[in-house]
Amino acid sequence: MKSTPYLLSLPALLLFGAIVIIPLVMTVLLSFHDWGQYKGIEPVFTLKNWREVFTDSYFLEMFWRTFRIAFFVTLFAALLGAPEAYILNRMKSPWRGLFLLVILGPLLISVVARTLGWALLFGGNSGLINKALVSMGVISAPLPFMFTETGVIVALTHVLMPYMVLAVWAALQRLDPQVENAAVALGASPFTVVRRIVLPQVMPGILSGAIIVFALAASAFATPAIIGGRRLKVASTLAYDEFLNTLNWPLGAAVAVLLLVALVAIVVGASRLVERRYAQVFG
Amino acid sequence: MSKNGPVALVYHTLFVIFMLAPILVVCFVAFTPEGYLSFPTDRWSLRWFYAIGRYPEFISAFWRSLWLGALSSAIAVAFSVPAALAIGRHRFRGRDAMTALFMSPLMIPHVVLGIAFLRFFTELGLGGTFVGLVLAHIVVVLPFALRLTLASAVGLDRSIEHAAISLGASDRTVLRRITLPLVLPGLISGSALAFINSFDEVTMTVFIAAPGTETLPVRMFLYIQDNIDPLVTSVSAVVIAVTVLALIALDRAYGLERLLVGRSADGR
Repeated sequence: MKSTPYLLSLPALLLFGAIVIIPLVMTVLLSFHDWGQYKGIEPVFTLKNWREVFTDSYFLEMFWRTFRIAFFVTLFAALLGAPEAYILNRMKSPWRGLFLLVILGPLLISVVARTLGWALLFGGNSGLINKALVSMGVISAPLPFMFTETGVIVALTHVLMPYMVLAVWAALQRLDPQVENAAVALGASPFTVVRRIVLPQVMPGILSGAIIVFALAASAFATPAIIGGRRLKVASTLAYDEFLNTLNWPLGAAVAVLLLVALVAIVVGASRLVERRYAQVFG
Repeated sequence: MSKNGPVALVYHTLFVIFMLAPILVVCFVAFTPEGYLSFPTDRWSLRWFYAIGRYPEFISAFWRSLWLGALSSAIAVAFSVPAALAIGRHRFRGRDAMTALFMSPLMIPHVVLGIAFLRFFTELGLGGTFVGLVLAHIVVVLPFALRLTLASAVGLDRSIEHAAISLGASDRTVLRRITLPLVLPGLISGSALAFINSFDEVTMTVFIAAPGTETLPVRMFLYIQDNIDPLVTSVSAVVIAVTVLALIALDRAYGLERLLVGRSADGR
């Protein structure tokens, strides 16, 4: 029957229409509403929030910080994660499965617990590594970590690393080891093999991992909220404050919608570029 | 295949330490006998695990998270099985758009979903209710359930169904005795992954949970915002232990590599 697939997916379609599309449309509309300290949300059409988001240097700086953090997280995840995926792939049978689980497993452990770990290691004077380093005389004052961009970047890199390893690992599975062996047999040094044979072939994996990590880093909430606190706001923690502390929902909605639109544009654009660049090789 | 050199193994060791250190430190600090954050060296104590009992909001949040995860993953699977059969076994207009829609909660920042649900549920009178939490969690875990049920629906051998039909089985019997059992592995692993993602979700839930409907990650998050003390490390250690146990069970039953990577790492 021609209608079978539609009937089968109808329940899920209705569900998504009702509780994904309608709420998102409402959020977009909300960002055009007015708000006042005493009058609350007024359902009139105004560009006030959007003007504020685009002209106030505070928002500009905050979005710039959000994407700067996401950029460095992506860079470090790629630089550290790709070699590790390669090393994992060269391991022998029991070890490679075991370590793959050790590295990917944290993905499923609560992000709050993982971020708490970083706060325990480096947080202020009581941070365990800071305390040890100070008592050993290596450093005179604790390394600044909490409420710094460095701290957020380190913790987020750790939180999102499994996605990068996963993407590169998946690309490595498609690699034919015979090509590497052929290069070695023809006298290529290990460095040349990696640079000329392995890297070009896993590049799509690294790039798709980078897109995932960037999108998740730019929209991360719990880690920047715990490490960055109120002093170092990113887009998602700012939207949270507007919604649950200031109660200026329309302005918070504008920030959230802008984050969504910027991310979708970046992710779709980057994916197109990657696909076009590698279409000839993997088409 | 060539072996890893010593430099690679040193790098690998440092990388594994980097990945595990923050998780292990939480678990170790949870055993401190002191009243402040410290690394237990000679004396270990369960003091802070007993202390959880004096905070009923953590206990009730834990049970709420378990229920929420169980309910939302079960309902998400119920929605995704027919959708997976439609997408995986039929070619029809709008198929790609439909798949993109069902997968969209993976791409929409959870902050945006939280904001959207907060407004939506407040308007509906569901603000801060458990029903609202379940509805929101169904949507965010559905992509995980769908992806794994889809994988088993695509790999399904149609000739078995055709054989059943030619032997006189009715449509209903084919579905119940042939099709559903064949997609069962994907269904089970999909619901497990959906459960874990619901159990850990904090960003969206923090917007829509109210005092009295807070989940465990939300309760932990709000607690850490105010103060970091050994209590929250012992709660985190319990969460980590629950997740690791679930992961081990899942690994035994299905193979975690298959779940995360999509195929067995050694099966080639």
